[in-house]
Parts: sequence; structure tokens; C-alpha cells
Amino acid sequence: MIKNVAELTAIRDTYANKIHFRKHDAGAEVSDGNIKKHVLICGGTGCTSSKSVQIKAKMEEAIKEAGIQDEVQVVLTGCFGLCALGPIVIVYPEGTFYSRIEIKDAETIVKEHLVGGNPVKSLLYSETVKGDEILSLNETAFYKKQKRVALRNCGVVDPECINEYIGTNGYMALAKVVTEMTPDEVINTILESGIRGRGGGGFPTGRKWMFAAAQPKGQKYVVCNGDEGDPGAFMDRSILEGDPHALIEAMTIAGYAIGANQGYVYVRAEYPIAVNRLQAAIDAARREGLLGKNIFGTDFEFDMQIRLGAGAFVCGEETALLTSIEGNRGEPRPRPPFPAVKGLFGKPTIINNVETYANIPQIILKGADWFKSMGTEKSKGTKVFALGGKITNTGLVEIPMGTTLREVVEEIGGGIPNGKKFKAAQTGGPSGGCIPASKYDVEIDYDNLIAQGSMMGSGGLIVMDEDTCMVDLAKFFLEFTVDESCGKCAPCRIGTVRLLEILTKITEGNGEMEDLDKLEELANYIKSASLCGLGQTAPNPVLSTLANFRDEYIAHIVDKKCPAGVCKNLFTYKIDLDKCMGCGLCAKQCPADAISRTDYVAEGHKLASMQIDASKCVKCGACLPSCKKFNAIYKG
Amino acid sequence: MKKKMTTVAFNGTAEQLAKLDELIAKHKGEKGALMPILQGAQGIYGYLPIEVQKHIALSMDVPLSEVYGVATFYSQFILNPKGEYAVAVCLGTACYVKGAGLLMDKLESLLGIKNGEISDDRKFSLDATRCIGACGLAPVLTVNEEVYGRLTPDMIKGILDKYNK
Repeated sequence: MIKNVAELTAIRDTYANKIHFRKHDAGAEVSDGNIKKHVLICGGTGCTSSKSVQIKAKMEEAIKEAGIQDEVQVVLTGCFGLCALGPIVIVYPEGTFYSRIEIKDAETIVKEHLVGGNPVKSLLYSETVKGDEILSLNETAFYKKQKRVALRNCGVVDPECINEYIGTNGYMALAKVVTEMTPDEVINTILESGIRGRGGGGFPTGRKWMFAAAQPKGQKYVVCNGDEGDPGAFMDRSILEGDPHALIEAMTIAGYAIGANQGYVYVRAEYPIAVNRLQAAIDAARREGLLGKNIFGTDFEFDMQIRLGAGAFVCGEETALLTSIEGNRGEPRPRPPFPAVKGLFGKPTIINNVETYANIPQIILKGADWFKSMGTEKSKGTKVFALGGKITNTGLVEIPMGTTLREVVEEIGGGIPNGKKFKAAQTGGPSGGCIPASKYDVEIDYDNLIAQGSMMGSGGLIVMDEDTCMVDLAKFFLEFTVDESCGKCAPCRIGTVRLLEILTKITEGNGEMEDLDKLEELANYIKSASLCGLGQTAPNPVLSTLANFRDEYIAHIVDKKCPAGVCKNLFTYKIDLDKCMGCGLCAKQCPADAISRTDYVAEGHKLASMQIDASKCVKCGACLPSCKKFNAIYKG
Repeated sequence: MKKKMTTVAFNGTAEQLAKLDELIAKHKGEKGALMPILQGAQGIYGYLPIEVQKHIALSMDVPLSEVYGVATFYSQFILNPKGEYAVAVCLGTACYVKGAGLLMDKLESLLGIKNGEISDDRKFSLDATRCIGACGLAPVLTVNEEVYGRLTPDMIKGILDKYNK
């Protein structure tokens, strides 16, 4: 039980060294008593899916066998960010970065590195090996340009150990707020920092708090939106899994600022690890008296509970989320009244997303000026992006606002694999749009993305190469919104279906030029007439692909061709007779018996070439990989 | 998302019913309790048969239409039983871009069932899911709790064979 600030400071001082040990650059001398090595294993969803928990168990077993259990601490942390290389193991104080570890590698690392003192070079992330030298992870291209604020503890602390969080100055911001600051001072600091909501529209967080605080005293609520529904976005999940106490601390601060004593965290049920860790963290905070009555010996009280979502994208919209917590179908409500006036159960409520909250304790501790020093004029601070799609370093990155898209994709993301060219990046999920290659140097912030017809959204960033058909992509997002439209208002419920029908018609080769005008007209109606953010932004993928890739739409309609070779009705598989060696592997793969031998023998070849009967071909593409060596099969 | 009502007969046990009643009692008087109760009930029965929805409506004293309305609104709630092995293909953007659609085609042809269906012997069911967040492993599918990542269509048969013994 932590009763006052002095007790918190004592714990902080005991554990700070442990954290310092892990944050320090390679080779520097920091001691953690008898413990000589820290082994950090990623316990995020990505790495857990590839058995990091079992790797931890195996490692602990091997460490015991070697008799060094008193000298090595093994920690299951949150996400390190570089999911493409998972499962990841990092050994401190050196900061050695092991990637794609398998269970069988655990023993080798223990024997050779922990006991023998020699890092296992063959298992290291290749970028960290420079000749004889081994670099620490902070020197790799992926980490070098990042600036970790919201993710500062992810991959550093054990999320299930509250003391380790306190060791990072955790709960110090809460202590400062309740013992030294008035609610107005807290709100002014947040206002002053310029932080805007990290979940979608980018509304200034401080103003939300100010409106809710200005409501008459009485029951108020603090809500966290953890219903991260954008396909390809997983930043909130990583924070919940890697640093749950930061969220608890921030929500408690918000409670103090607006005069609320109850918080709700709405999390997707699809995130079981996040839910378990957050629940464990809430329990721990209650045990330590950091939630509940008389926090730090003051009159202030605050408690919180988790509510699970049930897989409805629209519940990421704030009013729909509140309706869902109330136990109803998650349908949005008209605004005004805004939640700050009339929110959960009809009471004044602030609602922010996980990443926004994760910034709050840092702003309180380091001050508004520190936060303002990062970012662009109208977008302060950093933003977390989930890199996905056709990019080498799939994973989670946090960059200062104003970093260019090119830097994110080419430098941090490691570029596009297989020598393909960058075609576009999709941000903002189904509500966003595509930024084409011609805008590769755009500085990423709220306003620039909106100017490009896209939006920040929660921070999914999907990279496409030349093999992506933009019409098909727009159709994919429309299928998603049609499925997820709650059905309450007609423009969204009916309009999105009509949009999808037109897109389907185009991808099947039956489009007409006037369909493009219809798409635009209808899209603008849906934008202006829908009730909530989901409907108002649903046409964005169509409008932005139309604006930037109109020629692809025209190719589908006029030439009846899909330039990327994705829309099945608009291309056929063909075999280049002169390249074909006649090995016949493709015919074995074909499920439709569409491939047969010709009597043409190409110059210098021994066997007759193969051919594809277009009338039998089902365009499954099974033949394509069988010809990787000769590259004779193509789409045309 | 459209939901089909099941044609499979309800075979709940007394033990399951006792658990359900206990669950409802635990949430009595709590604001907004319907969702947690439905989530718990699905945990008990594996799906939400209409019989269970009726029981919840009666016990909580809310109209069945409200229970049914919530159960059909959220994609997590399922009205059909799942197969012994529930195969789910992630069709989130990252997986889709990396060819998850081809995995689905392959599964449909190998299992002889369509997306959303269950095989006659109730051994396999097949579903498309939203992003499960393992984008680093895209494309991904899950069989019950087991995750398979970085897949190509020719790996599907090997995965099914593991469960077909």
C-alpha cells in the first residue's frame, strides 16, 4: 500500500536502476546488484503467436540448468515494435538484438552468450552485425529515427510488475497532480501542450477536458476508447500489452482534472493478452492504493473497470462506444449534445483513446513546453504508426509529427521488399485514403494528411506496391464499411451498398465512364448526410483513389484491363513460349487441367513449351510460383 | 454483418444452465450488464442459441427483441455452433494485401464449405475474421487458439492434415 509520495519515491529509487540498465547504450557501466544480465523477451501479440512464451520457459529452464539463475533476470515485456522479426529477444546491458528465435535456440543463447559471454552471431538481427562489431538496437535504421513517448515503456518494463513501472517515474505525475496541482492547472497544462486526440479526428484533448470540467459538479465519467478497429492498426493494443499502468495513471489524472471518480476502458475482445494485462494492472494499482479512495492520502478517489467490445467497428465512434457500454446495440447518437455535456448514462464524459492517454503522464512530468518542442506547428508531439502491407519492417513505430512519408517507409520501414516500387500508402483505415508516390515527401501531420484526402485515423499505415489494384482496394474498404455500417441512418446504410455495387461492376469489367461521376456524386452525398464519423468518412477510399489513380479506373472501364493484375475478370494467365523450358511443373499444379503441351520447341530448349487454355483457367494463380525459376508465366 | 440462425438442435445441459443463472445473478442490478452476460453465455455454450437468449431475456426482465438485437449487432456473438476445429482466416488489410483471399479460396475448396459454414460432421467450420493484429505475420489464419502465419496456399493442406487424423 503506497500511502504518500515519499513511499512512491522510495520504490522508484529502488527500481530506477533496473530500468536504467535496460535503457543504456551498449557497453556502458550500470549495475543492478548481483544481476549481470537482463534477458527481455517480447510478449506482444505478434511474438506470442510465434511462441515467445514457450521460448521464455525454455530459457528459464536452461538458465537454471546452468546455475546462473541469480545472475540473470528474464522479463516478458510488451512489443518492441519490429514485429516482422519476431519472436525477439534482447540481452542487456549490451542491447544485443536476437530475431526470429525458435524454441531450440533458447539453450544456445544461454550457453554461448549468458554463460560464455559470446553473442550468438548467427541468430542476431543482420542489421546489427557489422563485421566483427555488434551494434545495439538503438543504432539500427528502424529505431534510430524513432522518438518514443507513448511507447517509451513498451519493450522495456515487465507490464505485470507495477514496481518496474514506478521505476520509470510511473505514478509520479499522478502524485504531482493530486498533491500539488489544482484541476484547472492540470487542464491548462494539457491545453498548453497542444496535444490532439490520437484516435481519429484530432480534436484538442485539453478542450474536451475543459468542457467536461465546466459542467456542474456531480457524477462524471472518464472513458478510454480501446476499440481499435481499423484493419492493420495495433498501436493501442501494444500500449495496453506493454505499458498498461500508463493508461491507468493517465485516466486517474483525467478523473482528477474533470471531477470524475469512475473510469471505463472499452477494449476489443479480440485482444485477450491486452485485456488480461490491463486487468492485472488495475488489480495491482488497487492493491497499492493508486486506485480507490484517498489516493496519496488526499480526498481524491477514482476507480475503473474494463468493458469488452464485441466486434463492431462502429463502436470506435465515441457516441456508439458509449451506447455500447450502456449495454445496447452500438449505434451512434447525434452530436450535440457532445459527450462532455451528456455522455455515458447521460452524464458529462470525456473519451480519449489509449495512445492519447499514454502521452498524458509525460506531459505533466516534463511540461507542456517539452511536448510542444516536438512536431509541427499545428500537430505537436509524436505519433505511433502500425506499418503493414508491402514493407520490410512490419511493425510499430513512433515518430515526431512532421517526419516525411518517405523517411517512414524507406528508412525506418526498410523499404519495399522484392525490389518492387512504392505505389501508395493508405492511412486512416476505412475512413482514410491513399497517398500516392507523387506525394512521397509529404510531412505527416493531421492537417497535411487531410489535405491529401486522407486522415491520421488511429495510425494504420499500409504500404502498397505496384501489384496492388487501387480499384480493388477501394472495393475492399467498401466491403468493410458495408458490413460494419450499423444501419441507423440511410445515407450510410444504403449509400455504401450502392457505392460497392458500382465498384464491383467496374472490377468485373462492366463499368461505364459515367459510373465515375455517379461514384463521386454519391460519395459526396454520403459524406455530407451521414450521422456519424463512420458514414461521413466511408467514401474517402473511393474519393482518394479516384483523385489519385483515375487512370486505373479508366483502364478497367475502357481498356477492360486491370493494370495490377488483381481483378480476375480483367486479365488472363499466359505462358511466354520462348521462355518456357517445358518442364511441365505448372501443369501439375493446375487444379483445372487448363495447361497442356504445345508442339513448339523454343530455340535452345529440349522440351516443347506449355500453354494455358483460357476457357478452362480459373485464375487461381497456382501455376505462378511453380515457374519462379524461369518466369515464363505472366498476367496479360 | 448478416447472421444466419442455426438449424442445429439445442442440446444445453443442466450444468450449463446453472452456470448461466450464476452469471446473471452476479451482474444483477449492474448498469449495462447485457453485453457482459451475453459474452459470458457464449463462453458457456460456445454460441448463443435462441433458447439461451430467451432465458436471459426472462431472467433479466428485458424484451427478447432487445437481447436478440444486441446479439445480432456485434460480430463476436455467433448464433451458429462452431466446428470442433474453427478455422478463421484474417482478412484485415495487411493480410488481404499479402494474399489472404487465396488462402480462403484454398480452404473453401479443400473443406468443401463456404465462408461462415460448418462441415456436416461438425469437424471444421470456416470463417473470415477482421484484423487479429498479427500483421507482422501476414497472411494469418487461426485454428481454434493456434495461429499460423506467413502462409501460402500450398501450406493449407498440411495444416488441415494435422487436424484430420
